[in-house]
Amino acid sequence: MSEVKFSREHEWITLEGDVATIGITKHATEMLGDIVFAELPEKGSNVEKDGTAGVVESTKAASDVYTPISGEVVDTNQTIVDDPSKINEDPEGSAWFFKLKMKDQSEMDSLMNKEEYEKFAKESAS
Amino acid sequence: MEIKKTSLNNLHKDNQAKFVEFAGYEMPIQYSNGIIEEHKFTRLHSGIFDVSHMGQLFIYGDESLTEELEKIFPLDLKNLKQNSSKYSFLMNEDAGIYDDLIITKIEDGYLIILNAACKEKDFEILFNLLGTKFKMNLDNNRSLIAIQGPKSVEILNSIINGVDKLHFMSGNWFDSGNQKLFVTRSGYTGEDGFEVSISNDKAEKFVQNLIEKGAQLIGLGARDTLRLEAGLCLYGHELNLNKTPIEANLKWAISKSRLSNGGFIGSEKIMNQIHDGANQIRVGIKPEGRLIAREKTKIFNVTELQIGEITSGTFGPSVNGPIAMGYVDKEFSKVDTKILLEVRGKKYPANICALPFYKKNYVKGVN
Repeated sequence: MSEVKFSREHEWITLEGDVATIGITKHATEMLGDIVFAELPEKGSNVEKDGTAGVVESTKAASDVYTPISGEVVDTNQTIVDDPSKINEDPEGSAWFFKLKMKDQSEMDSLMNKEEYEKFAKESAS
Repeated sequence: MEIKKTSLNNLHKDNQAKFVEFAGYEMPIQYSNGIIEEHKFTRLHSGIFDVSHMGQLFIYGDESLTEELEKIFPLDLKNLKQNSSKYSFLMNEDAGIYDDLIITKIEDGYLIILNAACKEKDFEILFNLLGTKFKMNLDNNRSLIAIQGPKSVEILNSIINGVDKLHFMSGNWFDSGNQKLFVTRSGYTGEDGFEVSISNDKAEKFVQNLIEKGAQLIGLGARDTLRLEAGLCLYGHELNLNKTPIEANLKWAISKSRLSNGGFIGSEKIMNQIHDGANQIRVGIKPEGRLIAREKTKIFNVTELQIGEITSGTFGPSVNGPIAMGYVDKEFSKVDTKILLEVRGKKYPANICALPFYKKNYVKGVN
């Protein structure tokens, strides 16, 4: 599996061949608070880089989930729809959101590595 | 304008509060445990809420004060016993609601607890109605601490002996540590609990004492989920100047004797609405599945005609599902009526349901 990359909208992404797994970061869940609802894109649908690809809601508010790259949705994680609290428990592991068949490898270039993201998250929180 | 802080602000910070601005005050929305844990802790144990931003209006006067207040509030204040409290509202001539409030008859007058965002305006309205004949004090020197949940009586009684004898919706002055506290058995969470009025300089120590005895600080986030589960209105959401108490389904809060004779501001409109029925009425709503429908969500009937709007909607931690309140056309207000909610451009099924969502646990009478 590739190095984990991060977007400015607080998604993480890993690559295995041309299939990307995408979720939201721990930092994002800490900002959102208790997550009580998750909506995922439909399997087989196509999503565009930086477009919305789902929704999460906390007790406080609803937030869009964006996709950091374009592609076809090949899998979604139904367990987080059935029990959204799993997103707070393990956001960067078992609580992934969806998998994409990547369209354009170069879209990965603009994403941040872990160190860059941590710096970005720290600055955007203050 | 500079943001205002309550006397517990430092204590909130020490307890890792996340702050929001609410009615011009820096208030804790949650602490490190988060809204769901705080909500559940209140239902099972005892939660402490800083509600010092709310107005504490003391009005003193002779018997004519009761007469004057009866021209304003739809209550039978003459027959209200001293130390008893009533939920009521301040209305305009069209029965539009300026504020909802709790009024308690005290020695020589009344104590009225007002919403933070409305308190200055309320004071102005009441001062214009009552004139200079009575002494009115919107007391900024006192904090207001709510202690809510089943363990609250035991915890508070160990600090202020005798509060366990208070009946629900009544209050009294108590002496504790060389100071006078006004304690009412009331609250806005659907749980048994108390609200304690205490001078600002003593508030922090008092709350620390409560924490040492096992109670925990709870933020405004959980206060909102708790009151919504209890089916209680929040001013600015369910209630505003364009809503009447009849539309808000709060007829129960109007004293029966006042319904027949009127004579209070807004009484004509209220009598008309009781006679003819209101066009829209406040209802409880349960979305099917896990969908959350927030404030301003449009409500449709099954033939997709718009029939109303959501005023509050969230996830109810004790109900373990989404809950909402809103206004619908009267013909669709019956429990179990199927409705549709438009969220993010799609319509989802929901049902009108009875309030409260969570069964009350108030102590009606002790002794």
